[in-house]
Amino acid sequence: MTHPATVAEPLVRLRNLTKTYPAAKGRNEVPAVADVDLDIAAGDVQAIVGYSGAGKSTLVRLLNGLEPATSGSIQIGGTELVGLHERQLRRIRLGIGMIFQQFNLFESRTVWGNLAYPLQIAGVAKAEQQRRISELLHFVGLPDKAHTYPRNLSGGQKQRVGIARALTTNPSLLLADEATSALDPETTHEVLRLLKRVNEEFGTTIVAITHEMEVVRELADHVAVMENGRIVESGAVYDVFSAPRQPVTRRFVGTVVDDEPAPDALAALRSRHPGRFVKLELREGGPRQADLFAVLLERGVAFELVFGGIEEIQGATFGNLTLALDGPATSVDEAVRELSALVPAKEL
Amino acid sequence: MLLPTDTRLGELWPDIWQATGETLLMVALTMLIGGTLGLLLALGLYLTRKGGLYENAVISVVLNVLVNFFRPIPFIIFIAAVQPAARLVVGTGIGMPAVVFSLILAAMFGIARIIEQNLVTVPPGVIEAARAMGASRARIAATVVLPEALAPIILGYTFAFVAVVDMSAVAGLIAGGGLGSFAQTFGYRQYDPTVTWVCVLILVALVQVIQLLGNTLSARILRR
Repeated sequence: MTHPATVAEPLVRLRNLTKTYPAAKGRNEVPAVADVDLDIAAGDVQAIVGYSGAGKSTLVRLLNGLEPATSGSIQIGGTELVGLHERQLRRIRLGIGMIFQQFNLFESRTVWGNLAYPLQIAGVAKAEQQRRISELLHFVGLPDKAHTYPRNLSGGQKQRVGIARALTTNPSLLLADEATSALDPETTHEVLRLLKRVNEEFGTTIVAITHEMEVVRELADHVAVMENGRIVESGAVYDVFSAPRQPVTRRFVGTVVDDEPAPDALAALRSRHPGRFVKLELREGGPRQADLFAVLLERGVAFELVFGGIEEIQGATFGNLTLALDGPATSVDEAVRELSALVPAKEL
Repeated sequence: MLLPTDTRLGELWPDIWQATGETLLMVALTMLIGGTLGLLLALGLYLTRKGGLYENAVISVVLNVLVNFFRPIPFIIFIAAVQPAARLVVGTGIGMPAVVFSLILAAMFGIARIIEQNLVTVPPGVIEAARAMGASRARIAATVVLPEALAPIILGYTFAFVAVVDMSAVAGLIAGGGLGSFAQTFGYRQYDPTVTWVCVLILVALVQVIQLLGNTLSARILRR
């Protein structure tokens, strides 16, 4: 079989993937994961976001067979997982790393012992184990913690050990289940940077389950939004952030990027700022801010930025600015018309 | 302080030490064999329970009914109830072998429940992590579940040890020997409270030493 050189096979290929748990008596069965289609390219960082109960945790457990699928197809590196026996799944799991919200380190083993465990399962020779463990401890910046027990580590250190442990067998795929949700913002940032390095230096494909848009913004190339077990929106992070279509996506994007003020915030702003309120959408490749402000200055319209901001995502800038425009009615009218021709503008 | 003078304690010391030895032997054999069987039964209960690595409703129910049936029987009745079984297994219904047989059975069911409760405290996430690494279920039970629960398990065994010392005192019922029956025979029935109290103090000392050992060992494991 030949493939066009430009179209690589995805590392992970999900088709009509469904997981249904047996219903409680007298209740209808509600699928935890329903009819999911998703392709994840090798070397990609795919975020899956959703509120709790959206099915993302179940979805990630289907990927390494911790949960058996009800129907559909899961292909990883061309191997179909659905229908495999536990014994066969165990072999596949050796090539898939996983990290967890609660780290799930073995408290009865030292950091070294934690890293050695997957290597022992894989049957790696002792000398190779040592080489690999010390290499990874250096990679995650904890070479001096080899003989420490997990209970003496901070949360961030624990997750770094978790990441090192998940990488010992050189997996092509790393599953991150809310890997930073138990960490403070500073440590979250640190762990995300480490994961980014894992992706860049080892080429490891990462599937990151999260409810934090920060994680998506800092780490992911692609994002899929889940609601009620389904993927309701997916695409490149910039595309989804700059033009969210579904209400749930808009809510998520709104947690890291200001869209427009909520009604009560808007009322408060109006009481403090005179004039008409206009929301401008700035997107990568669109007009510069200076060009927009020039329009207002030319017409003698006074303006104030009352809400919003500029963000950088995947090296591209975008933002939503809400301006209060004040001046002679005709000038403001003209200015709004001209701005609308340049960028998407919405009068509030 | 008033020290009783009408006691035979002086001449009984050799017998007291012999009784102490018998108690130690009974308890040691019980903990060794009953402790091992109890651990296996605990693993059976733990692994087959709902959500367990070898979830199996039928086996789980059978094991639970078994444990719940035997565990609440007071040992003084238990020892008489299993006498026919003792005759079958150890060839006699009286004496030390029959006592040890009964103790092993009773300890097995008690220990099974205690250790099962210790195993349940292992966070499911740790087991999930091992599964995600490709570990087999048997491997997880042996190399994750047991080591992770080791500290509470040691405390569980310490608790069981004290309970077995307590149970072993009933051995006199079927002429099993040990400190318990000695205290009854030469203390209580001879109106010699001094002998009774010496036996009590030896038992207390024994229990203290074991409890201290268990606490220290468990704390050392927990501190890592």
